[in-house]
Amino acid sequence: MISLGVSAIGQGLMYGILGVGLFLTFRILNFPDMTVEGTFPFGGAVAVSALTHGVDPLIATLLGMLAGMLAGLITGLLATKGHIPVLLAGILVMTGLFSINLRVMGRANLSLLHQPNLFNAKILKALPPYFDSVVVGLIVTVIVVALVIVFLNTQIGQGFIAAGDNPTMARSLGIDPDNQMILGLVVGNGLIGLAGALLAQNNGFADVNSGIGIIVIGLAAIIIGEVLFGELTLSQRLIAVVLGSIVYRFVLLLVLALGFAPDDLKVISAIVLAIAIMVPSFENKLHIRRVLKNGVKSDATTK
Amino acid sequence: MQQPNNEEAAQLQLNQVAVNVVVGQSVRPLLQNIDLTVQPGEFVTVLGANGAGKSTLFNAITSDVPLAGGTITLAGHDISAAKRERRAHLIARVFQDPKMGTAPRMTVAENLALASRRGQRLTLASRQLKAQFSAFEKLAAQTGNGLEKALNKPTEELSGGQRQALSLLMATMRRPELLLLDEHTAALDPHTSEAIMTLTQQIVAREQLTCLMITHQLEDALTYGSRLIVLQAGHIVADYSGEAKAQLTRADLLQYFG
Repeated sequence: MISLGVSAIGQGLMYGILGVGLFLTFRILNFPDMTVEGTFPFGGAVAVSALTHGVDPLIATLLGMLAGMLAGLITGLLATKGHIPVLLAGILVMTGLFSINLRVMGRANLSLLHQPNLFNAKILKALPPYFDSVVVGLIVTVIVVALVIVFLNTQIGQGFIAAGDNPTMARSLGIDPDNQMILGLVVGNGLIGLAGALLAQNNGFADVNSGIGIIVIGLAAIIIGEVLFGELTLSQRLIAVVLGSIVYRFVLLLVLALGFAPDDLKVISAIVLAIAIMVPSFENKLHIRRVLKNGVKSDATTK
Repeated sequence: MQQPNNEEAAQLQLNQVAVNVVVGQSVRPLLQNIDLTVQPGEFVTVLGANGAGKSTLFNAITSDVPLAGGTITLAGHDISAAKRERRAHLIARVFQDPKMGTAPRMTVAENLALASRRGQRLTLASRQLKAQFSAFEKLAAQTGNGLEKALNKPTEELSGGQRQALSLLMATMRRPELLLLDEHTAALDPHTSEAIMTLTQQIVAREQLTCLMITHQLEDALTYGSRLIVLQAGHIVADYSGEAKAQLTRADLLQYFG
């Protein structure tokens, strides 16, 4: 039982990276990026294929991230230069990636077998079971969240937030919202490819179908974090996404403990997300709290 | 219509500018043969009925609509073909809707920090909010509406008057070669509107800005500015400056609104 909990924390941390990637597009640029359903398995497929070809685990993981960035770039170019609505652009890339993923892996499911990977590094083998995923997840999550926070507080990061907040204003200040959309999609999908690469290694295989419903998992992390923690600064919200992702893992554990089959998880995920999205609007009606209304609440750290 | 003779030193020069809109199969002209020369430091009010082409004139200058013909020169740069973002270092615009000029979920200080780099290349350097904070306080204090106490508030929590005052500061804190005021007090109550106009005049005078202001208020058109132009059906039909403008009356202007 304890090992299940530890595993949930480790997986939650890694899915938290997915949530942070999705946060950039969903909460800052204000659109749901469907690319992620293709990017997540793409990151896993590239990383696992590289590992089976004897590539160093760290480099293989970074290749998974690069693959995600490339997918995000294509969605961004289709949406901005090709004037395809961004939702559709994401769906097109996601659909195309299904074939690409099969090509990359040569089959629908590619096992790591006993290839060295990030999770069987010597130093991790000394840990109790499942703690490897917590340690790796924590290290990568801390690095990712810290870098994203630093980035959002740079001049470019502020321009990025402004472009999502008010494109007209951004343009009049000389910030091209199209470039910011491409930037958000590249970085966001890079993080999602990274999450895919980590989770595939943790699971011991990459699967072409692992992206189905993955956007729901990422959004659940974001929204559970918002519902649980309320009004926060932007930096705090990124941490809330990671915590929301861990909570979501425990919700799934609970659901399985109640006797549902793993096959039921997708419909339950969708229901959990729908409820989490609806909670704040019910709360609004009761005048308790307003959380979801605010997308990006910026840091008030200037004093 | 008098044309200023010293075109060499003109700040803004529109030469035979035309803008069309495509409606279904047909092409309808919105602006035709617009020739306009504005000297440095001139404050020009732009008057005209709805659909006369006032906002289209601004959109043409900012490149929010493409030119069907003609050229636009600003401060010695031919900007006729430059993208909107490329003109940002030269032109600042304040919109009618207070919501248009600010990023609602970013704080007042964050908005000001962005505006302080209008048209500049953004880098991965820190946004440097703390270093600029006291300068922002001083800047915001001149609005007289308590904006300086709201620097850490998201702008969506400001009143319309505060938000529009902020838009005006953001447009002018980095001196633009041309300030475009697009009915920027129209959405405000009379009292607030007057306060924003006073602030506008102070800033324009102090910075010696070249400024075009669209207004529907005849009183404002008469009171403010050193020059007044009237647009009708896409043409400039009147251009008053100096003594001629000073002697204009409400009745004179009403004739253009048949």
